[in-house]
Amino acid sequence: MTLREIVETLNATVYLGQARLDEEVTTAFASDLMSDVLTLKDTPMLITGLCNVQTIRTCDMATLDIVVFVRNKKPTADMVELAEDNDMVLIATSYSMFKTCGLLFDAGIQPLY
Amino acid sequence: MHQEYTVIEGDFTNAGTASSSVKKTLKQLGVAPQIVKRVVVALYEAEVNAIAHAYGGKVLVDIEADKIHMVVADKGPGIPDIAQAMQEGYSTARPEVRDMGFGAGMGLPNMQKNVDVLNVTSEVGVGTTVEMIVNFV
Ligand SMILES: Nc1ncnc2c1ncn2[C@@H]1O[C@H](COP(=O)(O)OP(=O)(O)OP(=O)(O)O)[C@@H](O)[C@H]1O
Ligand SMILES: [Mg+2]
Repeated sequence: MTLREIVETLNATVYLGQARLDEEVTTAFASDLMSDVLTLKDTPMLITGLCNVQTIRTCDMATLDIVVFVRNKKPTADMVELAEDNDMVLIATSYSMFKTCGLLFDAGIQPLY
Repeated sequence: MHQEYTVIEGDFTNAGTASSSVKKTLKQLGVAPQIVKRVVVALYEAEVNAIAHAYGGKVLVDIEADKIHMVVADKGPGIPDIAQAMQEGYSTARPEVRDMGFGAGMGLPNMQKNVDVLNVTSEVGVGTTVEMIVNFV
């Protein structure tokens, strides 16, 4: 599934990374816990309701570069600026975590485990 | 190459400054990406701990040809029982820390998994020092 299709499926807004929307996404991981994100060996798309600078920092350290914010959380200017340095994609949807995961799972996005 | 950083008490927005900078340096030096990830994840966990559980401190980094040596030394309450703190799931994190997405009790076990050498020393009422080494080969 391409990022563009993900944005359409989630009726989402792109905050950063317009130029990368034709990239394919195969796996995703959903968590509000950055501790969990830091234990990942792979680099899936992150689906999270935690929307602060620490989310971006954690992704930087864990080398994740695509984030979907759920529950109508919107990234701040600080977050976008930091994410820009790392060429990240930031997307936000008003859908809940459950609905977001359900729709993407249905559309073929794979879990890590 | 020697680098030093200061970790400021309660300053969550700057947690990761040292790790970010080390990441850039190691990339420039051409260290393998999987190794860079292990280094920065471990250092970041230690940095966050110095902010979340202590009153800030210092990060000392020495990069050699074949390894990186990192020390995160904080002033803080110390860890009364290090073996207990090393267990997955053990956490005394405050609500503010949990609100930042931390406090699952995964940090120290995750450092252990990512580094080749981990030494945690602590004195109650004084502070904690986390020493980590990652070999590049
Ligand atoms: N620098 C420190 N100073 C004082 N106590 C610490 C320090 N580092 C860790 N601890 C103690 O050890 C516990 C476990 O630390 P660990 O990093 O494994 O988990 P956490 O920080 O609570 O949560 P997580 O790392 O998953 O976000 C902490 O909750 C705290 O009680
Ligand atoms: Mg921790």
